[in-house]
Amino acid sequence: MELQAVLMAAGGGSRMMDLTYNTPKPLLPVGNKPLIWYPLNLLERVGFEEVIVITTKEVQKMISTDPKVKLDVKMKLDLVCIQEDADMGTADALRHIQQKVKTDVLVVSCDLITDAALHEVVDLFRAHNATLSMLMSKAHEFTETVPGQKGKKKTGEQRDFVGVDGTGKRLLFMANEADLDEGVVIRKSIMRKHPRMHIKTGLVDAHLYCLKKSVVDFLADNKSISSIRGELVPYLVRKQFSKSTNSPKVIDETHQNLKKNDSNVNLEIQISSRDEELLHLTQERSCWNDHRGDMSDAYHGGRLRCYVHIMDEGICYRVNTLAAYIEANRLAPKLFDEPAVHPSAVVSERCLIGADSIIGASCQISDKTSIKRSTIGVSTTVREKVKVTNSIIMHGVTIEEGCNIQGSVICSNAVIGRGADIKYCLVGSAQRIEPDAERTNEVIVGTDQLMEI
Amino acid sequence: MYHRYVVVALSRRKPNEGKELTKEEKQRLRKQKKHQKKQKERKNEKGPSETEKDKTPVSLLPPPQPVATQKAPSALPAPASAPIPVPASAPFHSSPAPSPADKPAKSKAELKAERRARQETDRAAKQPGSSSSGIKTKVPLSELNPVVKRLPEHVQVDDPAVVKRLAKKLERQQIPLRSDYGYKVSLFSHLHQYSRKAPLTQLLSIPSTVIHPSIVRLGLQYSQGIVAGSNARSVALLHAFKQVIRDYTTPPNEELSRDLVNKLKPYISFLNQCRPLSASMGNAIKYIKKEISNIPSQCKEEEAKTKLLTCIDRYIEEKIVLAAKAISKYAIEKISDGDVILVYGYSSLVNNILCEAFEKSRKFRVIVVDSRPRLEGREALRRLVQRGISCTYVLISALSYILPEVSKVFLGAHALLANGYVMSRVGTSQIALVARTYNVPVLVCCETYKFCERVQTDSFVSNELDDPDDLMVTRKGKTQLENWQDVSSLGLLNLVYDVTPPDFVDLVITDLGMIPCTSVPVVLRVKNLDQ
Repeated sequence: MELQAVLMAAGGGSRMMDLTYNTPKPLLPVGNKPLIWYPLNLLERVGFEEVIVITTKEVQKMISTDPKVKLDVKMKLDLVCIQEDADMGTADALRHIQQKVKTDVLVVSCDLITDAALHEVVDLFRAHNATLSMLMSKAHEFTETVPGQKGKKKTGEQRDFVGVDGTGKRLLFMANEADLDEGVVIRKSIMRKHPRMHIKTGLVDAHLYCLKKSVVDFLADNKSISSIRGELVPYLVRKQFSKSTNSPKVIDETHQNLKKNDSNVNLEIQISSRDEELLHLTQERSCWNDHRGDMSDAYHGGRLRCYVHIMDEGICYRVNTLAAYIEANRLAPKLFDEPAVHPSAVVSERCLIGADSIIGASCQISDKTSIKRSTIGVSTTVREKVKVTNSIIMHGVTIEEGCNIQGSVICSNAVIGRGADIKYCLVGSAQRIEPDAERTNEVIVGTDQLMEI
Repeated sequence: MYHRYVVVALSRRKPNEGKELTKEEKQRLRKQKKHQKKQKERKNEKGPSETEKDKTPVSLLPPPQPVATQKAPSALPAPASAPIPVPASAPFHSSPAPSPADKPAKSKAELKAERRARQETDRAAKQPGSSSSGIKTKVPLSELNPVVKRLPEHVQVDDPAVVKRLAKKLERQQIPLRSDYGYKVSLFSHLHQYSRKAPLTQLLSIPSTVIHPSIVRLGLQYSQGIVAGSNARSVALLHAFKQVIRDYTTPPNEELSRDLVNKLKPYISFLNQCRPLSASMGNAIKYIKKEISNIPSQCKEEEAKTKLLTCIDRYIEEKIVLAAKAISKYAIEKISDGDVILVYGYSSLVNNILCEAFEKSRKFRVIVVDSRPRLEGREALRRLVQRGISCTYVLISALSYILPEVSKVFLGAHALLANGYVMSRVGTSQIALVARTYNVPVLVCCETYKFCERVQTDSFVSNELDDPDDLMVTRKGKTQLENWQDVSSLGLLNLVYDVTPPDFVDLVITDLGMIPCTSVPVVLRVKNLDQ
């Protein structure tokens, strides 16, 4: 077996608590499908037959019991539960399933919606015998107004600095603005080996990683690393150019140092494979070099290599903020070709449903309603003379007559009283909006769900 | 004569079998009947249901000698019919007509021979007035000398029948077909031309189950040029085969010697699709297949696997590593102090020789000649300069200016053909030609495992077309050939190999010694006798 897929679905959605306090993030409906369906669909399309899904007990329960959450995937899902309050990072989760990992892994996050060609990422991993291969995409500006946002959108997101070489494939440098004190610090050894480096900001990390099995074993020994994106990836990128990985004489010493618990040495042993001499002979006889201009061999003799595939076009979203969630709902219908109006929905003839709206199963849409550019969830009731524009209505919502909903997000089981006028609001789960209310740009949640400070 | 009678008899009998039968069914039934007839001939016994046919004419057929000669002219003009695709025989086996009661367990070779002979008769029957006689053979083909070589499919890309056959074969092996790219220059339209931007892996499932992961990795490395050069490709191939053998488990009721060879066939097709196999790889594959088939059936699996792995290691050690040492030893005798040696492109063997000669403190300098688009000479230059050899670097267009200084030319070879021609990187024949005019000795260095039995006198018949987009170059931000596909009268040709006639080569240095170019068939014959 070549690759095992691991889906990380235990995240809490800390950046959109208003949406996730009642529904766990993997099950948030996007285009009337749970969020977790999208990465699973991606893996299935590409040809995976089984996936290890790391999730919480709550999600597992909902997947098995809730009829609304239908994951119609043909793959075999191996659900591994971890405690919610254990505060496990993604690397901790990988360590947790170390026994199940038998080959190289492909780690995907549950909030990734993309139509990327995965073979580009995996080809880099295969062809260059890389330790890490990841996917990134050019970030697109979000154009939709986010409900509940007061004032200008602050660029509070910390920037990522990604350094790639001339071909745009080899990952040379990765740092987050939060980790840097004054400026970007680049080691001389990197500049000597790769004098031309392109540093890019404004890239979205898709959180899709191909990792060698030796990295998972390395994680098992190094319990200090808890997050893949935050700690493991920068560590591996830095390690490419560290002296200990590159000097050939270390290999002889490592055979003697098998008992030592030195983390550097461990990673080194695990990188070397059987038939190392044959691979070495091949590289020696082959006339290929990944760079030119200096006297060193291919890859500068380095054994640890990290690669990145940067997508120029195509959809790639990580649904971890409200803005991303809304944007994803707009674009989700393009990713699958199910009919926009579910066959089991009861839609009366005198309503106007725009072409880019999605109506979920078992809905009831009454007369004289107008639904444009919106998503209506499963089992939602929309009464007469309602205008829904640019909104996301989740499951089980009741919208009484005469309402006007614009640019809003209505969570599941909410009730909007008659004649209400909701503009750019976020209505939390199971909330009731009183009739004839007029709300603009507000976040309406229950008092028990307010954030603790 | 008799044969024609039999054929006519069959065709007369077709309406009896029912007009509602389709053409395929009729053909199937016809084949089946012929097979049954052959069964009867073998056993010399009366079959249960063969009363409809008159078998006496069949048994009076002349002996099968004409088959060989018959095949020779018929194979070349119509190679499409000679290899039989397995699906054609599948309906035969599943047809409802009664099969002979006691079918003997024939060897696969005999069955294949029968099918082949049957197809020949079908084809001959379709050609009116054919004087085919005795095409029906009772002797299995393996007993005849395999004198006829069919044209390989990779040089018949413009024949749609061959392409269809290849597609069917790949489909059967569950390997995606790589489609050709771009406009092909008409003289080379019979060869494949692929684009590097459309790798074969985008049509495969990602955790590749059909093809072993190390083979997928190897195919990717071939198509992207990460593993390039005849020796490197062979070593990488054998390394990947070692992984395959390690991960192999014999399925129940199967023999390792036969099943493993069948497992390797789709992998080889896959690698062929990624990049056409080189002659050295072909020889390595032949060796492995022979070794696998020679495993005795009572050998346990673990033992067999370790035996195969040591065989592979020994092959690499003998044919590549030690051969390189032997060739260096011979070649160093030819290098004298004060020499100016010209090399072309990157040849791992020639580089090895020069580095060893330098270590043995010969005083010489090297001129590295390079050519676009591969510019492999840069890598050769880097490795030589890294050792401390003083080098000059020119492009091939400067060849005639630099040759007056040169005292000898060392060339590497991709393969040595059976008529003494040297197949090497495109540009080598130029170098040899110009060197001949300047009376500079040309020495070709080549290991014996690269000798192949093919015969070619020009570079058109069999070659490799690389990605035409490699010829595009961006200077000062402008790529002139960016839209070459839109210009209808423009074709880009990126040839990989060319053949040098033996008149231009003065000496071939092999691990068996220094031989003239025309002695290659002798070496091949000796090698075949050994094996």
